[in-house]
Amino acid sequence: MNELLKAFVEFGPDLWKATTDTFLMVGVTMLSAVLLGTPLGVFLFVTSDQGLYPKPLLNRVAAYLVNVLRSFPFIILLVLLIPFSRVLVGTSIGPKAAAVALSFAVIPYFARLVEQNLRDVPRGMVEMARACGATPLQIVLKVLIPEALPALLGSLTVTATGFIAYSAVAGAVGAGGLGDLAIRFGYYRFETSVMIWCVIIMFILVQCTQWLGDWLVRRADRR
Amino acid sequence: MTSDSPMIELQGVSKTYGSAKSPVHALLPTDLTLAQGEVVGLLGFSGAGKSTLLRLINLLEVPSSGRVLIGGRDLTSLPAAELRQARQQVGMIFQQFNLLSSRSALENVSFALEVAGLSSAQRRERSREALSAVGLSDKESAYPAQLSGGQKQRVAIARALAMRPQILLSDEATSALDPHTALSILRLLKQLKRERGMTMVVVTHDIKVASYLCERSVVLEKGAVVDRIDMSRPEPVSRLGRFFFETAKGWTDQTELPQEET
Repeated sequence: MNELLKAFVEFGPDLWKATTDTFLMVGVTMLSAVLLGTPLGVFLFVTSDQGLYPKPLLNRVAAYLVNVLRSFPFIILLVLLIPFSRVLVGTSIGPKAAAVALSFAVIPYFARLVEQNLRDVPRGMVEMARACGATPLQIVLKVLIPEALPALLGSLTVTATGFIAYSAVAGAVGAGGLGDLAIRFGYYRFETSVMIWCVIIMFILVQCTQWLGDWLVRRADRR
Repeated sequence: MTSDSPMIELQGVSKTYGSAKSPVHALLPTDLTLAQGEVVGLLGFSGAGKSTLLRLINLLEVPSSGRVLIGGRDLTSLPAAELRQARQQVGMIFQQFNLLSSRSALENVSFALEVAGLSSAQRRERSREALSAVGLSDKESAYPAQLSGGQKQRVAIARALAMRPQILLSDEATSALDPHTALSILRLLKQLKRERGMTMVVVTHDIKVASYLCERSVVLEKGAVVDRIDMSRPEPVSRLGRFFFETAKGWTDQTELPQEET
């Protein structure tokens, strides 16, 4: 116990830096999920055979692209995207570069969840909207997304907690963040206390994210 | 709209699904004409094509052949934007009500007006008016989850009325309700017919609904019209038509089934 406290004092600044780095990585990742993954998911749903605006060829191209990206083991994606990160954020190491790779992983993942959430909206709702004379865009914005919102927030929560852990994997290639600290100090230098602190902080992050997500879902769900 | 043209006129409409090699005929070429203020029932079992026929009227289903005329205007030839506008003038209600769970009763009614691009002041006024017409003024801020089945259907009717259409399409609107609630909804529909002279097409598998509400009924079987019945002097000629009237008196061991199980 004493050693844990000592480690906390000694490595406090490192732990703080690692935590903010993790926040940065996960924050950018979730922003990518919402801003880019959501439209991609809507696109996958709307252009599908049963969708509002079937476009079989475009749909298949998008679906292949999503599947290809999702097939990469994350660690490979991380290495593969090094040149791309250099162009996009000016560096190939650190949390910024890891955020690029994490975004590439999260966009197709979240898009698939969005697609599934939209599929679960009862078909009668879409039929009703069409009978009212709604345009496809109105149906997406006024019917599908609001009706799927509780499910979408649930998906976002699952994605966020999952990617907090993913961001730690990025530590393996020197991305910074809690995973990185745990490996460099805790594993390579046998500072077990640091590793324990990293895990504790990660646990608190995951737990808080889950609470926040559950709370948002409860608020949005009128069913 | 010319005054002498019928309110709804279906000319040889049909619907075929599937490939050219193995087509599925949901509806064989059918004619149906409704004068203004007429209420017609579409009777039949599940899969008989009655819902398909109903959904052809506002072109939720695109007919494989034939023409759909509303007030003398051919909907089948309209570009998408104009078709959407035409749909705003045809109210529709459903078995499962299809209320948006994320919206209050008033906001659900307002949906039809939002889609049509009315201002928010107009929307509020018209939604309140429509909710009051179905007797739910006190429920405007309730969410669907807080309403009973009958109340949900009333909100759905208010939504269908919000744009003040002359036509109402009803797809098994009372099938999910208990008999008591179903009758109160049917009374509301009859009142709309009486007071507003609304033209209605009512899909049902319940002869009692057709007898109560409709002047005429069309009986469908396997995508074809097998009977056209004047409900004030019913003389069904088809086996299925007779079955419907027979069972209205109650089921017996002697009741003859019109076909193998469907």
